[in-house]
Amino acid sequence: MKSSESKRRRTLLAYAFLLPTLLVLGLFHFFPMLQAFGVSLMTYTPGSPRNEFVGLANYTRLVHDPAFWAALKNSVLYLLCVPVVIGLSLALAILVEPQIPFISFFRACYYVPVVTMMVVVAYAWSLIFNTDYGAINQGLIKFGLIEQGIPWMTSPKMALWSVMSVTVWKGLGYYMVMFLVALKAVPKELVEAARIDGARRWQVFRNVTLPAVWPIITLTAVISAISAVKVFEEIYMMTRGKADTSTLVFEIYITGIDMEQGSGLEMGYASAMGVVLFVLVLVLSIFSIRSMDRMYTS
Amino acid sequence: MAARTPVSSSVERPPLLTPRLEERLLLALRYALLISLLAVFIGPFLWMVSISFRGAENVYDLNLIPKNPTLSNYVEVFRAFPLGHAFLNSILVTTITVSLNLLLCSLAAYPLARFEFFGKRIIFLLILSTLMIPFQLYMIPLFVLTLKLSLADTLAGIILPWSVGAFGIYLLKQHYQTIPDSLEEAARIDGAGEVAIWWRIMMPLTKPALAALAVFIFVQNWSDFLWPLIIINSEERYTLPIAVAKMSGAFIDKTQYMAAGSVLAALPVIVFFFLAQRRFIGGLTLGAVKG
Repeated sequence: MKSSESKRRRTLLAYAFLLPTLLVLGLFHFFPMLQAFGVSLMTYTPGSPRNEFVGLANYTRLVHDPAFWAALKNSVLYLLCVPVVIGLSLALAILVEPQIPFISFFRACYYVPVVTMMVVVAYAWSLIFNTDYGAINQGLIKFGLIEQGIPWMTSPKMALWSVMSVTVWKGLGYYMVMFLVALKAVPKELVEAARIDGARRWQVFRNVTLPAVWPIITLTAVISAISAVKVFEEIYMMTRGKADTSTLVFEIYITGIDMEQGSGLEMGYASAMGVVLFVLVLVLSIFSIRSMDRMYTS
Repeated sequence: MAARTPVSSSVERPPLLTPRLEERLLLALRYALLISLLAVFIGPFLWMVSISFRGAENVYDLNLIPKNPTLSNYVEVFRAFPLGHAFLNSILVTTITVSLNLLLCSLAAYPLARFEFFGKRIIFLLILSTLMIPFQLYMIPLFVLTLKLSLADTLAGIILPWSVGAFGIYLLKQHYQTIPDSLEEAARIDGAGEVAIWWRIMMPLTKPALAALAVFIFVQNWSDFLWPLIIINSEERYTLPIAVAKMSGAFIDKTQYMAAGSVLAALPVIVFFFLAQRRFIGGLTLGAVKG
């Protein structure tokens, strides 16, 4: 009798403790989440009296919209950041691994881009990439390698790559630290034994280090892939989606929300793009969880 | 490089470098690489800092040390743009968001870790599921909701949706689970009420996790861009990232002002970072789980 009474009291208390969280998540996350799917089936503009159900019309419009396909293509291209980030940050981690004098100073400096806000990072790099007076073009002209500035951020052939390089650059320190933790777990005796047996550095890396950090490599792949398809700030700051650099999230923003562009706030249509983004993230998550499972079982 | 030749070669040749010399050379090479990489990672910032101290006549000089350095850009940028407001807003938003997260995540994590009650598993799964769903999917309906609740264009509107998060709850739950039952029992025998047990005994024991979470939320919030960009319209309610973005449009021909503003916006976190590196890296690496 008494214990069931105290059990009920604890249940009540548990819900009291959880109440604020459930309210916030329910109201600001789950509710709009469900709405997003609904809105994607409507023509929707806030305040407009003519918000009507149109079935899959927004989706069929997507299929015929070259701007959407361009954005989707760029979002998928952005995934190329993943292998580059993994390779470079692993190399960086190996470089800063040994406990030699001043090493924590170097590690900290390489980490500075991680803690700096993306808006500032993107601005600093847009100074570097500027066609007329950017540091890169100034340098190249000085050494006589080129005569006219290269349009790093304004040529449709190059702009996306320039922005991607900034994304990669900002993330390197973050993944470096993850690999640093993983490298600590590599059995030192194994490395030494292999070296004594005459294995070359490369062979030791291939056969001892790489298998040991493999779990972190897959984890990094998941994290960086998902954040790559969500990229927005660097696009907004460096190109405003011009020069063929619009990505999914940027496209959602300018069709659904951006008042400055006066694009008419097509929220229903933008929500349909949101659903595509959701599916893309979901596929990436499932794909990566699968590959991790396979790795752990093998 | 000077690895021993395999056994197959009949004559043992003397190695080109003694192992000691090889080690030294490799170390020198490592430092050379470490130092040149500083230019890659810090260089862009240094150039921006240098530009922020220049007069209009030599803004884009490649030289890092400015000729006739001046502080006037730092004064002018405040005069030309409501950057002071943005600073106050960012400090306000970040402080409140961090505090709310620490409180609400603790509250939610505690019963999930230590109580048995009806619906516990479902609730926890629901909370975790928010990690899998990109905010960009529902940012538009969320924006419409804030319009309806009159939260659009307010600081409260920036804060409330992010006042609690699945990642923080998950992290703290893990920590609450590691606390031995005996502590709780002892307090109960002493006659402490359930809320007092949580507030006075259990929560203080999760301090390291709370500190890490605070760093994580702080950095994330200080830099947060998309959501404030969506709901804030009035200049006097810009947060720093929004202010920087809007300035870059307004000061196209005043790069030195813009550079000064950017340096100021980024500086607080960088200073904090160098003061508490371990905390920072620890807190941010936690985010790996979140993605």
